[in-house]
Amino acid sequence: MTEAVIQGAGLHRHYDVSAGVMRKPRVLRAVAGLDFELAAGKTLAVVGESGCGKSTLARMVAMIEPPTEGELTLDGKPMLPSDWASLRQSVQIVFQDPYGSLNPRQRVGVILQEPLTINRPDLTRAEREQRARDMLEMVGLRPEHFDRYPHMFSGGQRQRIAIARALMLNPKVLVLDEPVSALDLSIQSAILNLLTELQDRLHLAYLFISHDLSVVRHVADDVIVMYLGRAVEVGPKAQIFAAPQHPYTRALLSATPNADPKGRKERIKLSGELPSPLDISSGCPFAPRCWKAKEKCRQELPTLSGDQHRAACFYPEG
Amino acid sequence: MSLLRIRNLSVSFSTASGAFQAVDAVDLDVDAGEILAIVGESGSGKSVSMLALMGLLPWTATVTADELSFDGADLLRIDRAARRKIIGNDLAMIFQEPMTALNPCFMVGWQIKEALRVHLGLDRATRHKRAIELFEQVGIPDAEKRLTAFPHQMSGGMNQRVMIAMAIACKPKLLIADEPTTALDVTIQAQILDLLADLRRETGMGLVLITHDMGVVAETAERVCVQYAGQKIEEQPVGPLFDQPHHPYTAALLDALPERATDKLLPTIPGVVPGQFDRPSGCLFSPRCKFADATCTTTPPVAAGPELGQVRCHYPLNTGERKAS
Ligand SMILES: Nc1ncnc2c1ncn2[C@@H]1O[C@H](COP(=O)(O)OP(=O)(O)OP(=O)(O)O)[C@@H](O)[C@H]1O
Ligand SMILES: Nc1ncnc2c1ncn2[C@@H]1O[C@H](COP(=O)(O)OP(=O)(O)OP(=O)(O)O)[C@@H](O)[C@H]1O
Ligand SMILES: [Mg+2]
Ligand SMILES: [Mg+2]
Repeated sequence: MTEAVIQGAGLHRHYDVSAGVMRKPRVLRAVAGLDFELAAGKTLAVVGESGCGKSTLARMVAMIEPPTEGELTLDGKPMLPSDWASLRQSVQIVFQDPYGSLNPRQRVGVILQEPLTINRPDLTRAEREQRARDMLEMVGLRPEHFDRYPHMFSGGQRQRIAIARALMLNPKVLVLDEPVSALDLSIQSAILNLLTELQDRLHLAYLFISHDLSVVRHVADDVIVMYLGRAVEVGPKAQIFAAPQHPYTRALLSATPNADPKGRKERIKLSGELPSPLDISSGCPFAPRCWKAKEKCRQELPTLSGDQHRAACFYPEG
Repeated sequence: MSLLRIRNLSVSFSTASGAFQAVDAVDLDVDAGEILAIVGESGSGKSVSMLALMGLLPWTATVTADELSFDGADLLRIDRAARRKIIGNDLAMIFQEPMTALNPCFMVGWQIKEALRVHLGLDRATRHKRAIELFEQVGIPDAEKRLTAFPHQMSGGMNQRVMIAMAIACKPKLLIADEPTTALDVTIQAQILDLLADLRRETGMGLVLITHDMGVVAETAERVCVQYAGQKIEEQPVGPLFDQPHHPYTAALLDALPERATDKLLPTIPGVVPGQFDRPSGCLFSPRCKFADATCTTTPPVAAGPELGQVRCHYPLNTGERKAS
């Protein structure tokens, strides 16, 4: 296996949430023990239901907030909050909402130069501007766009601007939190192509968060399936899609609509809602919704086991 | 006779910079018990055309149509009182923005019970029971407790489910569902789509499903309308639409699906949808169409017959003579 550029070990992120006046705050375990590694030029996709902790993981990797426990390393060196300012040049993030993530009062040129202004005082004004113009071209926008404001762009164009801004500091890792979820199909394909081309050209590592499994299937090399803050299945894309081992992965795949009218298939119906991350039982977090759960599942927490393709389940599929 | 019949529906908005044509000469039929999907690029007039039908557009909108009839009633000429009896009762809509449809000042349970009181005249105890039942049907856990929640106390997905519960509360004859499952997880989405299909089976409800998710279309709809820049450009049963699209836009849209990709790079549609100031004089898709010629850029195509899916194109694809790329 190739060397990981970024790695996470035993990551936790907990939040104190108030339970009302005079009561002790309760601990919400948004991410509850997660490992991953990501190599240069590769895409690691994170999938799972709303609230399972995908964005929380993204924020830790992008150094927006520190892990409560566990360690992140970049090129083998720990990513300590004291070093964040310089490390941020290497890890950048793109958010889902192409409308909210750009300052409406700044021109595109200024938006693109901002990371340089902050992090690269060694560059001259002219050099900064040239880099911003080059980047604009690289993401498929036109030179005249340089002096326009974000509201003058379509959703797809704004997402290009957000990607361009993230690339200004030559990062090694790009965290993409639902980068195409707000876009039309025709624009989605253009952005996915852009990401593919940039990855080939710049050897970028992508942590790609998406709930759209057809997109994940297209872009990912490896996949992490998360459930309530934990990885329940990890492995190479082909194996996850062809032979899911965890019942939750199977349910997720079977619930994903297939854009082929002839391909109608049986869905696995899950009963019950994603339980609150505030009261996770001691056993397998999926047990309350699992059709195969036995006594052991309710008592003990299964851990990931296997080689390359691993699942946290006592009674895996297949 | 169709349950819903729309002929030549157009909507234009008066804006500070002049009139804007959001819906352009749309025809549409829905039968009882049928599921029709409407797809198309963002801004193509899907929501506006259905809001026009419901009479829910702001005063800046000018709505014209040759015919707008629902279940025997002429919605163009009907008076307000008669309209109020139909809307929300026999003709219901799930709105794209759940928060705009729910009143933030009232508990969600009160809102649904009020609909049951006004339209069905149920008594208090029955209303309460029915409200819980509806919440359970749409997969809201702890249904009874949630009745006393305010919209802002629930997640987007949860509010969307409250809206769905309200829309189906009166067992409508026709339900218009505008992106009903976009804020929901796929497992919940599957549950909601099953619920709508069950309702259709039990009550013969017709369903208009507006969605951008071609997977949902393929698995749920029987017939599909494709809209582009306010016009209906094609309509076909779901199977043929996916197999043999007639309009180049439909073909390009389907090609852009990641699941159809044969290559690492996906096919794209260059350019953007025309706006208020660059509406082409010929075919509206011509600036982006790889087959367009001089005729396309100058002459607007008229809709073909049903055998060609009413396609608006001078050179339709998959007609026997012409094959898709
Ligand atoms: N700052 C915070 N304070 C308290 N709880 C939080 C905070 N941020 C996230 N959470 C909670 O942590 C859990 C995980 O949230 P997160 O946003 O990571 O989910 P997600 O997988 O990205 O979901 P989605 O698919 O909806 O974006 C949720 O229960 C959320 O409510
Ligand atoms: N009140 C309004 N005033 C002016 N223009 C409007 C108004 N409401 C909608 N429009 C315009 O009408 C067009 C059609 O909008 P509509 O909401 O029907 O699109 P849609 O097909 O539903 O798109 P989406 O997939 O994004 O929901 C858009 O260009 C929109 O900007
Ligand atoms: Mg998120
Ligand atoms: Mg809409």
